[in-house]
Amino acid sequence: MITLTPKNKMSALLCGIAFLNLSLFALGGEMKSADSTKQNRIEIKDFAFNPQTLTVKSGEKVTWINRDDEPHTIVSVEKQFKKSTALDTDQEFTITAGAPGTYTYFCSVHPKMTGAIVVQK
Amino acid sequence: MPDDYIIHDHEHDGIDRRGFLHCMAWAGTGLLWTISGGVLASRTLAEIAKAGDSLPSATDLSFLQISDSHIGFSKEANKDVTETFKIALDRINAMPTPPSFLIHTGDISQLSKPEEFDTFDEVLKSCRTKDVSYVPGEHDVLDGSRKLYRERYLKNVEGKGAGWYSFNKNGVHFIGLVNVLNLQAGGLGQLGDEQLEWLEADVKDLGSSTPIVVFAHIPLWAVYPQWGWGTSDSERALGYLKRFGSVTVLNGHIHQVLQKVEGNVTFHTAMSTAFPQPAPGTAPSPGPMKVPAEKLRSMLGLTSVQYKQGKSALAVVDSNLS
Repeated sequence: MITLTPKNKMSALLCGIAFLNLSLFALGGEMKSADSTKQNRIEIKDFAFNPQTLTVKSGEKVTWINRDDEPHTIVSVEKQFKKSTALDTDQEFTITAGAPGTYTYFCSVHPKMTGAIVVQK
Repeated sequence: MPDDYIIHDHEHDGIDRRGFLHCMAWAGTGLLWTISGGVLASRTLAEIAKAGDSLPSATDLSFLQISDSHIGFSKEANKDVTETFKIALDRINAMPTPPSFLIHTGDISQLSKPEEFDTFDEVLKSCRTKDVSYVPGEHDVLDGSRKLYRERYLKNVEGKGAGWYSFNKNGVHFIGLVNVLNLQAGGLGQLGDEQLEWLEADVKDLGSSTPIVVFAHIPLWAVYPQWGWGTSDSERALGYLKRFGSVTVLNGHIHQVLQKVEGNVTFHTAMSTAFPQPAPGTAPSPGPMKVPAEKLRSMLGLTSVQYKQGKSALAVVDSNLS
């Protein structure tokens, strides 16, 4: 069963073709992608972002959670979103994906750690 | 028998050699590693004396490096880092000849919180040696707290730029560098142009025979770039120091003793007083390493450095807390 978030409902009303789109997702076996708020999670473990590249839709939320015993930060290379504070173990940080594009980011404490969010329309 | 300590000694002058020197080449990198076990600093100094080498005279200089206290850390790798920091200070207080001063090479705190710095400052009061020089680690300047760190730990120095500085003691020129700020995505530690230009000017008028001690948090040599253990523009800094007969580079950050000698430059990293980290490439990540409780203190420690007038190289001795 596909659950529509309030934002998606709004989009559905505005676009008028959302039903068709979601049906296509369902047919394509991508039901999970419709439940965006729960799925757009990036886990930080062993000094790495997993997944390293995440594709989301504009307006969806993206949440990082730190599973390391080390603090990490999330900083947009091009300052496309507000940087996080230092996340201690099990702390989270959430942003709402803005305009379509590729948002590269890194941990300013351990700059070898890099990742990207690809935001689609 | 706690006789497995190391002494780095360019001069081959007979400083106690019972130390156990354990070296191996890191495959593919050509680095020389020196792995430390260790005895107490006090005993080490006593043994140096017993071996016929005199304790520091008035013109000699002995100082101590302490690093990576991580006050506020409370995870599995060490649930009481304040206690191990206290033990380190007890060891300093037990030394028959107290060091002239301490150098703290960063990561005083885990999360740059004022209460973590408060705890550190409170515990440090028990140390007999009051003169401490600091450089920040990345854990000390999280969340824009550079100001807090600077106000507390750099207030007695004429810090330039982001807080780098130099001073002279007993004819040795000390340089404290900052390589944990404005780090770039995908990169390593960095000094930056402004600091490098300052460094070039700072050493310009010094005679080549002046012993140089450089201290900074992240290693100023490529220990293991895959884990960010290096400084992208350190080569340029070392270029300015090439003409000097004795350069000792003291770093922290990697929570273990590693050493490399390159020409007249000795690179040395210190143990943490909080928790060990894995040897380069031996774990999925460089995160805090959990070891059996009875082994922990053998992997924490401090570094004692001695300079003797008339001898160009400095003797660097690591000792653990077990």
